[in-house]
Amino acid sequence: MKFRLPFLLGGLAVATTQLAFAQGGSMRVPKTVEAGSAFSIQSTGSGQATLYIIGPAQVLKRNVQLGETTTFPAGSLYNAGRYLVVLTAAGASTESDSFDVVPATQPAKLSFLAKPSRLPVSLHDGITGAVYVFDPYGNLIAAPTPVSFELSSPAGTVQKRVVVTKDGAAWTGMDSTAQQGIDKFAARVGDVSSMRVVEQVPGDPCALKMSARQSGQQLQLATDPVRDCNGNAVPDGTIVTFTESYRGGQSTVDVPLKRGVAEVEMPVHSGATISVASGVVMGNQIGWEK
Amino acid sequence: MFKPLLILSATLAASAYGGAQASVRVEPLTLQGPRPLQEQTRAAVIRDYLQSWQSFSAALDQNRPALLDADFVGTAKEKLADTIQQQAALGVRTHYQDISHDLQIVFYSPEGLSIELTDNVEYNVQVIDHDKVTATQRVSAHYVVVLTPAEVSWRVRVFQAVPE
Repeated sequence: MKFRLPFLLGGLAVATTQLAFAQGGSMRVPKTVEAGSAFSIQSTGSGQATLYIIGPAQVLKRNVQLGETTTFPAGSLYNAGRYLVVLTAAGASTESDSFDVVPATQPAKLSFLAKPSRLPVSLHDGITGAVYVFDPYGNLIAAPTPVSFELSSPAGTVQKRVVVTKDGAAWTGMDSTAQQGIDKFAARVGDVSSMRVVEQVPGDPCALKMSARQSGQQLQLATDPVRDCNGNAVPDGTIVTFTESYRGGQSTVDVPLKRGVAEVEMPVHSGATISVASGVVMGNQIGWEK
Repeated sequence: MFKPLLILSATLAASAYGGAQASVRVEPLTLQGPRPLQEQTRAAVIRDYLQSWQSFSAALDQNRPALLDADFVGTAKEKLADTIQQQAALGVRTHYQDISHDLQIVFYSPEGLSIELTDNVEYNVQVIDHDKVTATQRVSAHYVVVLTPAEVSWRVRVFQAVPE
């Protein structure tokens, strides 16, 4: 974008970085400046003037000598955005132009959101990660940038995905692995990485099985060690429900797993049917005759 | 669910200067990410983003960083607050008046904790140095904006113009 008002300035720009200059104006302004880089603005004419560089993210003001190059050292402008350049001479008209400060190309920080922090094993796309890539000045790097996602389990299995950012963002989904434990979920761009921990816990009980033994007027019921379908021990405290159905009644007892098994005593009823379940998972049934 | 093109008058974008309203156009969704975006969420994000232009404009016009609190957070808020400090130190104020927005929501993160949109925006900038208007200029820019949910609204966390 180019704005010109009657105040005539001119001259040559002296670039301190590789800059492309807008053409045709008497004030010469770079089209783009990389965040944190040095740059210069040249005017023509004579006398004193005030130079403003105005943006939502930064504002600079300099008293300048018309006809000279105004150099801004590295670090002067570091926030990406579009900047308006205004040059005003005392008692005279104003000239304006604009240019973009673009993010530095080198990533310096990743904003990495990983969810959930805890989930059951063997869930397809159960873990998601989203990344925003920033430069050293906190500018979002909007240019396409490859992000490497890596989920590694304690058993050594590694899932990898490389996703190229679009508008500075990238995301991926990962499967939770078959083994319980603490997984490391990392996102990496070049030398910059960010890591999150994802705890994988056993899934629902699988092949829930109990046995029964009579002891006097009581039935001693006990499950086998309760495991999920991948062989991971279901955690103690998980509720197992024993149900005894008999002529004229039904008894139900909820028992937490202790040392991997659930045990309970229930009264003996001839012809009873005893079943076991945990959550929505049904186990075996036992029919009991005296 | 979404109309191909939505053109509306942004009542929330009413200018404090003369009551002019920015025109707002919302492009169809071309969303990356697995999470579906509900219409209610989409409307809230657009509403809150347009509102942020009002607080941004007022804050830089009055050099009052506190006016950013309701609509900005994180990096965006820090950078705008720094600009206000710079302006105040230089005796400068700027008035930004948005004229039109062409919005597109481009990313909804899988866990629902961020939404990214782009905005081809036109606005006027007025530069005021020690209460004297130095320049008024119309600017076109392509903004990339990231919003994150707060208690009752979405707040702008990244607010950055990039070359198209």
